[in-house]
Amino acid sequence: MSAISPTTPEDQLDTLPGYNYAFLDELSKKAVRRATLKAICIPGYQVPFGSRELPISRGWGTGGLQLTLSLIGPGDVVKVIDQGADDSVNAVNIRRLVERTAPDVSTTTDTAEATIIQSRHRTPELKLRQDQIMVYQVPMPEPLRLVERREVETRRMHGEGDYSLMWVALYEDIVRNGRITRAAGYPVMVHHRHIMSPSPIPKWDLPKLHMAENISLFGAGREKRIYAIPPHTSVVPLAFEDYAFEVESFEGKSCAFCGATDTFLVATPQADGSSYYVCSDTAWCADRIAQQEQEGAAK
Amino acid sequence: MTTATVTPDAVSDAIATHTDHSPVLAVRDLKKTYGPGCPDCLTLTGPEHNRTTCPSCGTVVACADVSFDLRPGRTLGIVGESGSGKTTVLRSLYGDIEPTSGTAVLNTPGKEPRDLFTLDSQDRRRVRNFEMGMVYQTPRQGLNFGISAGGNVAERLLAADWREIAKIRGRAGELLERMEIPVNRMNAMPGTFSGGMQQRVQVAKALANGPLILLLDEMTSGLDVSVQAGVLDLIQEIQHEANIALIVVSHDLGVVRLLCERAIVMKNGRIVERGITDQILEDPHHPYTQLLVSSVNS
Repeated sequence: MSAISPTTPEDQLDTLPGYNYAFLDELSKKAVRRATLKAICIPGYQVPFGSRELPISRGWGTGGLQLTLSLIGPGDVVKVIDQGADDSVNAVNIRRLVERTAPDVSTTTDTAEATIIQSRHRTPELKLRQDQIMVYQVPMPEPLRLVERREVETRRMHGEGDYSLMWVALYEDIVRNGRITRAAGYPVMVHHRHIMSPSPIPKWDLPKLHMAENISLFGAGREKRIYAIPPHTSVVPLAFEDYAFEVESFEGKSCAFCGATDTFLVATPQADGSSYYVCSDTAWCADRIAQQEQEGAAK
Repeated sequence: MTTATVTPDAVSDAIATHTDHSPVLAVRDLKKTYGPGCPDCLTLTGPEHNRTTCPSCGTVVACADVSFDLRPGRTLGIVGESGSGKTTVLRSLYGDIEPTSGTAVLNTPGKEPRDLFTLDSQDRRRVRNFEMGMVYQTPRQGLNFGISAGGNVAERLLAADWREIAKIRGRAGELLERMEIPVNRMNAMPGTFSGGMQQRVQVAKALANGPLILLLDEMTSGLDVSVQAGVLDLIQEIQHEANIALIVVSHDLGVVRLLCERAIVMKNGRIVERGITDQILEDPHHPYTQLLVSSVNS
């Protein structure tokens, strides 16, 4: 899965002429993997790395893509999702890049089948296994940036575990708004040590990170940081005893396609002012519809 | 450390019938210099030369040979003109600046005595949060103007792992009320407060975790006289109530006379006179102290 990719001569593999296997050259992939290993050793710690140029712009998933490209090898199955959907332009393009530069790697939209899942803004609804790697695209890796502008100071705060400013920000939020209003990128405490930004995934997905079976990797290409959550690691959203953490509520709503009431739903506003809701995770939704059809046919 | 020499402090302590004789803070040979330094720096600067810059190498000797003891619940004043090194001493003790040499042994009840200057940054921060409180001359140095007054106080409690909003609000409100800040202003930004109120918020913040030592750096210098009196009264009450040791840096002899049993007079980075405050002010020995006292009285 994550074995060192072979430097196969171009005539042996049907890859794009003039490009290395998985686009990046071998030493670049090695450098990214070294940063990744370090990140796994220190859960939640942001490891700086030399972010490489890619055929997509920084800020469009280059951090996640570098992680994916440095990890894929023969037999891997890659799934790319964007806001839960497999069919967005960005996800399709990233998948195509993988297909064309690594011919022995296949792509899929099936979560269960994938070995590596690159994602923007969502964690799949399906519980992931130990042999799967979750790769997140991260726009802003520094959770303390909102409370402290200076990089030197945020590094000191992480180093000393001095997080009182972050807690004060949450306190102020509660005092002003009666609750913690932060929705996406909600800060979490990883392994009782580092405060980490889980990338802009909704609060809904945070419980899936806690004590997960799978590795979660986070790549910020523009900000040049990699961080990770190894399997079976404690991930606790910051909250107060009397203002507990709560995920988004979709009470009384269900998916217009599959009828699900237990998934993260996205609202689509209608011309008449109302909204209809559908599953954000399109693969999960399609799966459920197929299942329902099967059951219908059996009856 | 020159512990064997008998200091005037030791003499006056013998006079004071106090049961606890171990100082909560023992400062020895504190020195802070800016520049390359040379062997003659210390002999060519000081009050006898009336300069702090070494004529040989250009090094600024901000303070040198500063030693004193602070006993639990007692009060010490540091007086002197601008540039005499009094703030340097205070900032070094609080950890805002790194001293060049010297020791400052903090004696927290129930803990081993620790030298503040050799603590790692994490322990140092803990000392700043729990054992010491600092009130700066200007509120902007001590308060975060981007968060509410209550939030400023709460920051200290959150640093001490308080994780229940109701309790945090209760304690912060209590502290602010004690400093005569109306509870209904708790959620207001410090920028909307008057200068005197801002200073009182600073005190509330400094007292949040019940420190052993409170450091005041010219805290009343920016306030007008009537407001000053109010703030000083509050400090005095708190000091008696909580039995906090106090170090007061001021160029205002009146403030030191009011708050401090004992005082140190500094000039050109050195201590020129020390003793009981009233004694120093009534019967100054060093020519500089005499000048200082006479300039106030005239």
